[in-house]
Amino acid sequence: MTRKLLALSILLSAFLLGFSNPTFAAGSEEDKTSFIMHHVKDSHEWHFATFGHTHVTLPLPVIVYSGDRGLEVFMSSNFQNHETHEFGKEYAHEGYYIDEHDHLGRVDEGSFVELSITKNVVMMFIVMFILAWIALSAAGHYKKNGAVAPKGAAALIEPIVIFVRDEIAKNSIGPKYKKFVPYLITLFLFIWFGNLLGLLPGAANLTGNIAVTCTLAVLTFIITNVNGNKDYWKHVFATPGVPIPMLLIIVPVEIIGLFTKPFALMVRLFVAITAGHIVILGFIALAFIFESYTIGVVSTLMVTFINIIELLVATIQAYVFTLFTAMYIGGAVAEHAHDDHH
Amino acid sequence: MDLITPGSGLIFWQLLGFLGLLFILIKFAWKPMLAALEERESSIENALKAAETARNEMANLKAENEKLLAEARLERDVILKKAQDASNKMIEDAKVEASKQGAQMIENAKAVIETEKKAALAEVKTQVAVLTLEVTEKLLRKNLSDEKAQKELVDEFIKDLKLN
Repeated sequence: MTRKLLALSILLSAFLLGFSNPTFAAGSEEDKTSFIMHHVKDSHEWHFATFGHTHVTLPLPVIVYSGDRGLEVFMSSNFQNHETHEFGKEYAHEGYYIDEHDHLGRVDEGSFVELSITKNVVMMFIVMFILAWIALSAAGHYKKNGAVAPKGAAALIEPIVIFVRDEIAKNSIGPKYKKFVPYLITLFLFIWFGNLLGLLPGAANLTGNIAVTCTLAVLTFIITNVNGNKDYWKHVFATPGVPIPMLLIIVPVEIIGLFTKPFALMVRLFVAITAGHIVILGFIALAFIFESYTIGVVSTLMVTFINIIELLVATIQAYVFTLFTAMYIGGAVAEHAHDDHH
Repeated sequence: MDLITPGSGLIFWQLLGFLGLLFILIKFAWKPMLAALEERESSIENALKAAETARNEMANLKAENEKLLAEARLERDVILKKAQDASNKMIEDAKVEASKQGAQMIENAKAVIETEKKAALAEVKTQVAVLTLEVTEKLLRKNLSDEKAQKELVDEFIKDLKLN
């Protein structure tokens, strides 16, 4: 079965690569790899595929708020050349334009805030919808049957909930873990689903986007510091057992430490997921660069292999983000029995 | 859109979406789920505890049974010993009684024999006396023709009788 599937996927990939080869072969060396960064980054439209000169894209709303003009909504297709579907400064619409690097700009150089529903925002809503659907149907099982053995969606979610509660929250936070379990479960599942769905062909690189990881890291930062107890702040501003002159050095380091923790969270997830996507796309790009079926088959095999590793990475990164969040919270709420010796 | 510059729109929607998701899931999914899990875990724990208690009770019961059995055995032994003793005593008593009775019987027999013997002796004596008298009479009929001899003989007899 597995062997058959593998053979089929190789055949199909070789066919598709051969089929789409002329598109890429026609372009310059840069065009053959530009799709990598295009995929990894966010975009104002959702581009699925290109057949010859036909682009299969989903135009997305561009939402802009500016002090002088208020809230405005456009479709991203308004900013494109209707033939080539390319963005450019010359295709400005209502005083705004999207340049060839997918940047939104204002013709009169005025200030504005962009709140567009970009590709990643749509992806985020899809992930959230799937997650909420599964979680709510899992919860429905308990509502309907009471506290019985799980079935269906509950059987999928329950082991994860128990894992996050027992292995992550209880172990890393300590006796006050209960309050933080719902956040940690949501965090784990959102990142995990985002990582997994991001691996689907045509999907957006949601959890590999720095805005997403930044938001999650900031939430963790807020939760950690809002729940910080006396010991935690004392440790930062008057580290026990350190002579006063040394505090001049220690306190700034501790304060920087408060921010490096969420920063590390943000960068770790962003880098791990984005790097995975770049590697996969890099292997795919090899086939177009060498314009060879042999390389196509080999790179497809490599892509399959990396994809399997990425499945692992998806889970590990979700786990690591949640675990570190729990550890930071644990450090903030821990009661120290001692004061003098550290 | 840049790779390492967070987009304002995405941050906005991500924050909004994630907080919304958090709210919905905490309220409608995780709270009831965690409560159900806790309920199930506590019920399992209770069941385990109950099983443990039942097992302990069983063990206690078994120990008690064994104790009772041991006591019963001890009692049985005591009863058996008592019975043995009683039977031994009875046998002993019977033996003593029998020997006593035997002795009594022998005694009685001896007494009877003695009496019989005496009676027999008396009979013999009487018989002897009768015979002697008869012999004497016959002799005397022949010898006692004279008076003197008769008198002497009578005297002698009387003397003898007195002595006797």
